[in-house]
Amino acid sequence: MKNVYLDHNATTDIHPEVKKTVIKTLENYGNPSSMHGLGRKAREAVEEARKKTASFIGAGEKEVFFTGSGSEANNTVLNIFSCGASGCDSRRNGRSGIITSVIEHPCILETSKCLEERGVPVKYLDVDKYGKVSKKQLEDMVDENTALVSIMTANNETGVVQDISPLAEVAHRAGAYFHTDAVQAVGKMPVDVKEMGVDFLTLSGHKIYAPKGVGALYVKKGTPFCPLIRGGHQEKGRRAGTENTPGIAALGKAFEMREKEMGAEASRLKKLKKMFKSEIKEKISDCSFNGDLPDSLPSTINLSIAGVEGEALMLYLDMEGISVSTGSACATGSLSPSHVLISMGLGAEMAHGSIRISMGRKTQQEDMEYLLHVLPRVVNRLREMSAVYFKETTHE
Amino acid sequence: MSNWVYSDKVKEHFMNPRNIYREEEEFDYDGKGMAGNIKCGDQMMMMIKVDDKDTITDCRWKTFGCASAIASTSVLSEMVKGMSLEEASRISPKEIMEELKGLPENKVHCSVLGDKALRAAIDDFYVRTGRPGKVKTGAEKVVCQCMNVTSADIEHAVLEGARNYYELQEHTKLGTVCGRCKEEAEVLLREYKEKHFESENK
Repeated sequence: MKNVYLDHNATTDIHPEVKKTVIKTLENYGNPSSMHGLGRKAREAVEEARKKTASFIGAGEKEVFFTGSGSEANNTVLNIFSCGASGCDSRRNGRSGIITSVIEHPCILETSKCLEERGVPVKYLDVDKYGKVSKKQLEDMVDENTALVSIMTANNETGVVQDISPLAEVAHRAGAYFHTDAVQAVGKMPVDVKEMGVDFLTLSGHKIYAPKGVGALYVKKGTPFCPLIRGGHQEKGRRAGTENTPGIAALGKAFEMREKEMGAEASRLKKLKKMFKSEIKEKISDCSFNGDLPDSLPSTINLSIAGVEGEALMLYLDMEGISVSTGSACATGSLSPSHVLISMGLGAEMAHGSIRISMGRKTQQEDMEYLLHVLPRVVNRLREMSAVYFKETTHE
Repeated sequence: MSNWVYSDKVKEHFMNPRNIYREEEEFDYDGKGMAGNIKCGDQMMMMIKVDDKDTITDCRWKTFGCASAIASTSVLSEMVKGMSLEEASRISPKEIMEELKGLPENKVHCSVLGDKALRAAIDDFYVRTGRPGKVKTGAEKVVCQCMNVTSADIEHAVLEGARNYYELQEHTKLGTVCGRCKEEAEVLLREYKEKHFESENK
């Protein structure tokens, strides 16, 4: 059976060069904190990776430390300003308030909810129908207690990219720090911490062809910090725990490969997206694209199809060897459809009937042609049995 | 394919659903009912053919919903053929689930609503044949559209020990999605508490 993987925003395959690095690094079991030869060798691998990671995002080496995931990095940043310990560095500006947006990843939103319950004032920016936050709303929202503004660079479901630099400026003018969750952006589009003007930036390995279990956090020099995981001097005390040497080395290698491959890949995927968009409109009636802006991630397509439910659609595609994901409630185990699509003003039917197609390094024209061949057939099948589409066509 | 989230029987019915209504076939139904709500992700339509002995001879359906919604309606459409209306109106989500060899826990409340659509179709048949007295909708009304919780489910939960709205939610999952049914559910909760436990309240 064909195997067409179009779920790269969920996770990616491991790049063959990265795999080599993992295997090589696994051979050396030394603890990077040990002073003997094995330890020093492991330390070298970690520092090499730090150099590559920092350079990829335009950061200084000392400004980057490794975490166990993007979620951990995000949790770390959100928890900094509510530390409360009297001597803590994070108490420097005496503020604790957080502003974030309604379309963030659950690791931001659920941490925010938890902080709210602990008494931290949290405010949420809305998005317009394209999925963009408004600079004006942020200007109105910041106040003298805003410690941190956290807004994602690219959205995982729609690929919509926020204009980070002006938003960071608003935060800074108000005396607040700015964090961006760039897990979906780094490695898919140019990301430079200096150009964006951010104080914190989160990235993750498994979205860029490195293994799961490694992420990194950029913390601008001079920014207040408070660790989430304590009890060790690793990463200059910013993240305790013996370093995941193979994972970290893999992340560095993945960035080295991204450096070489990202540019050509982005323009190739842009063409594939354009082709898919024009052809699918011919083949499927009553469908629409969500968050489809010229500067959205070239790899991500979010499509709503009237009359069909996303999980059923996804599973039928799965039977044909195509992997995608859906914003339907059913697929997540929760009962509400995608919070991102709903906050963009999508109706329930279109939100339940959404699929996310996310292309990657290995996605070829023939993969998208196969999807174009299978999708209309599967949609027709589901529409034939759809109580909703039936209702629409017969105008009962 | 390995480790599918659903049982083989669910998969089989999902891939090859039986008795789907197709417009071109002009199915001459005797009763028709709807259940569910698109807002919550599942909506279903059921049509039945009934003979002069009040036996269901055939049925057709349509659904907007996930794999378990499709499979559960499909399996129900096979179960009801040859059943008397009385028998068919007593089919519970649990029986449908057993017929499907199980469903993931989180799917039961939201996706098994074929029985409700079927009862609506049966009621429709009674109305069409001039026997509105047999209609049970009044006795069992869907209160929570999202989780398909009926007034009968609420009564049952009260009998099982639910005494406040929170406990009612624990028992039935009612009002856990859009929350619009809260007011109506609280009224029914009070009614059933009075009906069954009047002495306790005095």
